[in-house]
Amino acid sequence: MSALVFHDLTVGYGGGAPVIDGLGLEVAEGSVVALLGANGAGKTTLLRALAGLEPARSGRVLLGGRDLTRMSTEDRVRSGLSLVPEGRSVVVELTVDENLRLGGLWRHRARARKAAVEEMYALFPPLDRRRHAAGHTLSGGERQMLALARALLARPEVLLLDEPSLGLAPQATAQLLGVLRATAARTGLTVLLAEQNVTGALSVARRGVVLALGAVVADRPAADLAADPALRHAYLGF
Amino acid sequence: MDRFVFLFSAGLARGAVLALFALSLVIVWRAARVVNFAQAAMAAAAVYAAFAVTAATGSYWAGLLTGLASGALLGAAVERGLMRRLPAHAPLPGIIVAIGLVMVLQAGLAIAFGPEHRPMHPPFSERPFIIGGVPVLSPYDLFTLVAAAAVMGGLALLFGRTSLGLQLRAAAFAPETSRLLGVRVPRMVTLGWALAVATAALAALLLVPTELGLNPHAADLLFVNAFAVAVIGGLDSPAGALLAGIGVGLLVSLVTGYASAAAAPLAVLALLTLVLLVRPGGVFSAKEARTA
Ligand SMILES: Nc1ncnc2c1ncn2[C@@H]1O[C@H](COP(=O)(O)OP(=O)(O)O)[C@@H](O)[C@H]1O
Ligand SMILES: [Mg+2]
Repeated sequence: MSALVFHDLTVGYGGGAPVIDGLGLEVAEGSVVALLGANGAGKTTLLRALAGLEPARSGRVLLGGRDLTRMSTEDRVRSGLSLVPEGRSVVVELTVDENLRLGGLWRHRARARKAAVEEMYALFPPLDRRRHAAGHTLSGGERQMLALARALLARPEVLLLDEPSLGLAPQATAQLLGVLRATAARTGLTVLLAEQNVTGALSVARRGVVLALGAVVADRPAADLAADPALRHAYLGF
Repeated sequence: MDRFVFLFSAGLARGAVLALFALSLVIVWRAARVVNFAQAAMAAAAVYAAFAVTAATGSYWAGLLTGLASGALLGAAVERGLMRRLPAHAPLPGIIVAIGLVMVLQAGLAIAFGPEHRPMHPPFSERPFIIGGVPVLSPYDLFTLVAAAAVMGGLALLFGRTSLGLQLRAAAFAPETSRLLGVRVPRMVTLGWALAVATAALAALLLVPTELGLNPHAADLLFVNAFAVAVIGGLDSPAGALLAGIGVGLLVSLVTGYASAAAAPLAVLALLTLVLLVRPGGVFSAKEARTA
């Protein structure tokens, strides 16, 4: 059973040529898929289109068989599709605690929300220590943790993650990806993880999809991709 | 000294009304990133509704509730019907539509109710209490202060302590991120407009009985001063609106009392210029304000 399916997806900016052209993919329930590709390959555009933030010119998006294509972003989220966007998505004017609560408002009633927030503090001890700190005082690693925790709090069926390692120290990246791997294994969460950090992403994912100029150029088990130097040279630039 | 006490206490009541109206401008600014130039005309329309209900029922309180409700409805309707349809990320269309709305509303009110000033009676006496031979606040001033404080306290609780308030703030600061967290941002913007215009309507309702009376332009001067107050306090800052409102209210009262009424607008303008020169974002602005 596929948790997330999209086909024939075409997305572009303004009247320009499409950035993503007729793309399709199936992501199996409970799997972690790495979405790889050099800068400008279209990873962010794809994830934003899936979340409904960029309008698609054509194509359909299905979550667990339900058609999300015509839904607004907030309704897609409420249907179980969460996106942790690229960069600083923490609401910097709110505290850590407020950011977390915000993530669970539609999902949980007051008492369950409290328990869910505590669960996230247990999962991310650095956030626990900074509960009442304003978002703008957090480090890059703490912000990325908060963004991930906030998304997990709503118990999505499918989590889209856009370059969580961007600008983080290797140690912070390892910690973040470690929590992600453990959570996915424990809860059966389906994850589509866009990364330029190929090694990190392939250490978490079972399957890797390589995007170049908005098209899929490789779709293989993660171990194969990691061991294929020709492909790495051709599309990932190292 | 007696004169100072009197002017000071009168300035407090005037400042409370200014602060309330400035707060209403801040709420719209935070929710939608527009300065609502139609706020005075919309507030005046709500006061006409209050006036009509008070005239029909004989109850000031029924009129007050009507004024608040019609302000909220008018705010929501203008956001849904007009402001939402404008192109985003450009301030000019919002300003032009608001100015057009002012003309339509004020002309419509003048056609419907006539251009003359209709006296509105305050629910409490306007004769000041005499304490130790010194005239201080009137019962109506006291009512104004209490009503303004109650509404500001209520709004502070709503925005600061409730889940709805959390969503209102988040939607204002970071609309895209909020949508990604399932917040119904368009609904929050509508609600922001409704709260703002209801607050503006209350400020106008409190003001009108102390002035010439109700007229389509009854809240215009209040808007001008409150806009200065909001800019002085920082358009993003509710606390700034409160403190600058009280400050400007005192300033106007003292300048009017010790110099002349004609000098009061100049004093406000001078203060505004000074603040814009020294702290362009307003006295209480955050360090890095969001622009969009
Ligand atoms: N807001 C935008 N407006 C116009 N073009 C954009 C915009 N965002 C991205 N692009 C273009 O779309 C292409 C894909 O970008 P992006 O999806 O950000 O790739 P990636 O996330 O893989 O680095 C690039 O050529 C980029 O220049
Ligand atoms: Mg990207």
